Amino acid sequence: MIGLEVHVQMVSLKSKLFCACPTDYRGKPPNTNICPICTGLPGALPVLNIKAVEEGLKIALALHAEPSTASYFFRKSYFYPDLPKNFQITQYDKAGGVPLAHDGHYTLKNGKTIRIERIHMEEDPGRIYYEGGRGESRFSLVDYNRSGIALVEIVTSPDFTEPEEAREFLELLQKNLDEIGINVSEYEGSVRCDANISYAGGERVEVKNISGATEVEKALRYESVRQRNMATRGVKVRRETRSWDERRRITISSRSKEVEAEYRYMPEEDLPPVSLNQTIIKNIALNMRGSFEDRYRVCSKYGVGEEAAKRLAGDPALYTLFMSITGANEMDASRVGNVLANEFAFVVKKHNNPSLSGDTSSLENIIRAYIRNGDRSRFISAAHSWVSGIPVRAEEYKPKVDIDTLIDETLEKEMKNIGNLEGKRRLDYLMGQILKVSSQLNRKELYIKLQKKLEGLG
Amino acid sequence: MSSGIISKGARQLVDELQGGSLEASKVFETYRKRINELTKLNAFITSLEYKPNARKEGSLYGLPLAIKDNISTEGIRTTCASLMLKDYMPPYDATAVAKLKAAGVSILGKTNMDEFGMGSSGENSAFGPTRNPWDIERVPGGSSSGSAVAVSARLSPAALGTDTGGSIRAPASFTGTVGFKPSYGYVSRYGLIAYANSLEQIGVIARTVDDAALIFGVIRGKDRFDSTSTDAKPVSSNTGRLFSGGHFKGALLPQLSDLVSKDVREAFDSSVAKLDSEGIEFAEERVEELELALKSYYVVACCEATTNLARYDGVRYGPVADPSRDWKSAISESRTMFGKEVKARIMLGSYMLSSGYYEEYYLKALYIRRNLKLRLLKLSESYDFIYTPTMPVLPWKIGEMIDDPLQVYLSDALTVIANLTGAPAISIPIALKKGLPVGGQLQGRYGLDDRLLELAATISGLLKFRGEPSI
Repeated sequence: MIGLEVHVQMVSLKSKLFCACPTDYRGKPPNTNICPICTGLPGALPVLNIKAVEEGLKIALALHAEPSTASYFFRKSYFYPDLPKNFQITQYDKAGGVPLAHDGHYTLKNGKTIRIERIHMEEDPGRIYYEGGRGESRFSLVDYNRSGIALVEIVTSPDFTEPEEAREFLELLQKNLDEIGINVSEYEGSVRCDANISYAGGERVEVKNISGATEVEKALRYESVRQRNMATRGVKVRRETRSWDERRRITISSRSKEVEAEYRYMPEEDLPPVSLNQTIIKNIALNMRGSFEDRYRVCSKYGVGEEAAKRLAGDPALYTLFMSITGANEMDASRVGNVLANEFAFVVKKHNNPSLSGDTSSLENIIRAYIRNGDRSRFISAAHSWVSGIPVRAEEYKPKVDIDTLIDETLEKEMKNIGNLEGKRRLDYLMGQILKVSSQLNRKELYIKLQKKLEGLG
Repeated sequence: MSSGIISKGARQLVDELQGGSLEASKVFETYRKRINELTKLNAFITSLEYKPNARKEGSLYGLPLAIKDNISTEGIRTTCASLMLKDYMPPYDATAVAKLKAAGVSILGKTNMDEFGMGSSGENSAFGPTRNPWDIERVPGGSSSGSAVAVSARLSPAALGTDTGGSIRAPASFTGTVGFKPSYGYVSRYGLIAYANSLEQIGVIARTVDDAALIFGVIRGKDRFDSTSTDAKPVSSNTGRLFSGGHFKGALLPQLSDLVSKDVREAFDSSVAKLDSEGIEFAEERVEELELALKSYYVVACCEATTNLARYDGVRYGPVADPSRDWKSAISESRTMFGKEVKARIMLGSYMLSSGYYEEYYLKALYIRRNLKLRLLKLSESYDFIYTPTMPVLPWKIGEMIDDPLQVYLSDALTVIANLTGAPAISIPIALKKGLPVGGQLQGRYGLDDRLLELAATISGLLKFRGEPSI
């Protein structure tokens, strides 16, 4: 059995989780990307970066997890030199706390479902440098540039059976995170992982701090062989924490973990709870830059019919309109979606690559009026003027003229005037007369139809 | 002339400074001279030389103030009266300090206190006990001991203090000054070095309610660096409005009177009689939820303290650990630098947060706290204020209670209530007993700080207490 705890560094954010320091700490000289808050100076207080919560919720929704109704933080106490306050601000699912989201799932290519237990947010600690390597160095140096970067931790159930499944999960996850705008692939080490593994009834061994999908597979493969060998030799696998040595490709025992570590969790009173109501969550869902499947799922979730949902999901411009209209007011989301995918899409096709960047609230009015009164021709004309950017009120837009009727009427009226005109001159005269009545006609279509009509008259 | 300056309150000084009849440097130097003359009171840990404030248009331009030494001041050492921070130089100003500076204030110095705010007497300081100017053998109350002594002995017109369980009101009561703890969140805590962050507030110690309101008006308000801070309407600058009879109603809590010594009870009862005769109505209330208030206060305070003080591990503050030792024994060694009381509270808090005890202590304390808050909020619908003595006893002799910490904890019983509920509370001097000041405490409704200040000004006016230590 294998379970993963994945830490995603939120490098897509501009600033750290609780202060304004930038997140692009990579490559900066040590301790230059810091402030009183992320170095835990006496008297400094954390202030929640609300964007981090939004990005965390995006991840939660991508993993089909259920967001909590509020987000709040706990202090997790342990002494370590890279932890400036000697407590980490994190989220906790016991003692009255809740994670950001819980009970999600993710499907692998072989159809197997991996359950997601919980998703929570926390601050990244600093980094320790051992001059000349650990064990060699007479002292350790701490760099707080990374301290306070937002992390999202994803905890899976122990649903993996093979190391390659863990790798596949991480690869799919990274791809998915990139798709929703959390660019993890660009930054080395921005997805880190702890893996819990136990074989053949042995106790659980935790392998800490593995960087990336390929290393996870290697570490787990090594560990499965090691644990199976122990079982064959009749040696019992004890509960312990090990670390993965990428260079030597082995896991090394770091400490035995016979008892649950004592973290003395308590609420972080400096950060008032943030309420995560349905509107906030839905807006995030609708604004996610997802794949076709994500967009299709969102459309179906709001009751848009299958064909219409496919059309919306396949057209980013239409989908964006759907999101902004229903995001502001979720009433009739399915009908709005159907109108956009059918009648409105039909209108859009008549125009030459329209930008569709007009005022969405007036389009919303046009669509809602149509849903209310069912007046299709009025809707079509109003939609035409919205798409072409002409600010015409719906009732002012005249119904489209029928070319054939217009030709017949004009001929009847002009018969006596065209008697002494011939061929092309006669055609041009009639064209001019008809266009005087209705200038918006398609000239080519009119010309051809008129020509045919005159030929028929002889 | 100089004795003239030190006898003036903050508002009078500001008026005369703005009117041009006084000069900022002259005011500062007068106080500085007196601070240097009265070092025996041990009110200041750091006293400063005059640094002119360029904000001549500031509403408090030229006013010198003392700041408690747990409030961060950029480039001025901020020790929390602890060896752990004895050389700590903050690189930033607390929001309250920044606001005062922007209003034209010059800082006289940083005042002595109980280490990290843990204490009710002013004795738990790595820099030695602060002394009470009414009797220098006695404690001035704590933890804002130096700030109260500075105001009482006229070493400063007013001072900033902090109040976690009574740390502004207790020393105000023991030194015959006014001590105001605002509603939780009304003054930004950014830069206040945390002891128990859900309980503490920055507030003011001054000679009159009006002076306290003046300074509160400058430091109050929402701060983007403190998520628990809130916006509020500006304070009415005139709190000395005359009481015109019959409107105010106060609640008395006789169930707490067992704790109160005979001297204090006499002084308190006669103040009630006087106020009653002036038309203020009183009624007795029994509040069941108060029975466990003090206990829940100490549980919450110790639990928060253990995490807030975890960062002092010798890596960045305090003595440099011996690098040849392993990490755990090196930081254990560093942390022996804390004083006895601080160590006791850290250990209590660590114990009570451990698995198995968390529910038994911490969660229960939160539950008691919530019930108390709801009950007193309900009570405040029928009353304008709750009136009690501030401290149940007169100032004791330095060292007298050193072996009886529980007795000292008991002296907080009347003040911790407002920290648990977050309501505003103020201590005003009401009488002298055996030559020592007695304070009366008014607790208001959460967020109605201005009303409480007006009420306190009215009641001060009715009680007509006048007195200064002869030092």
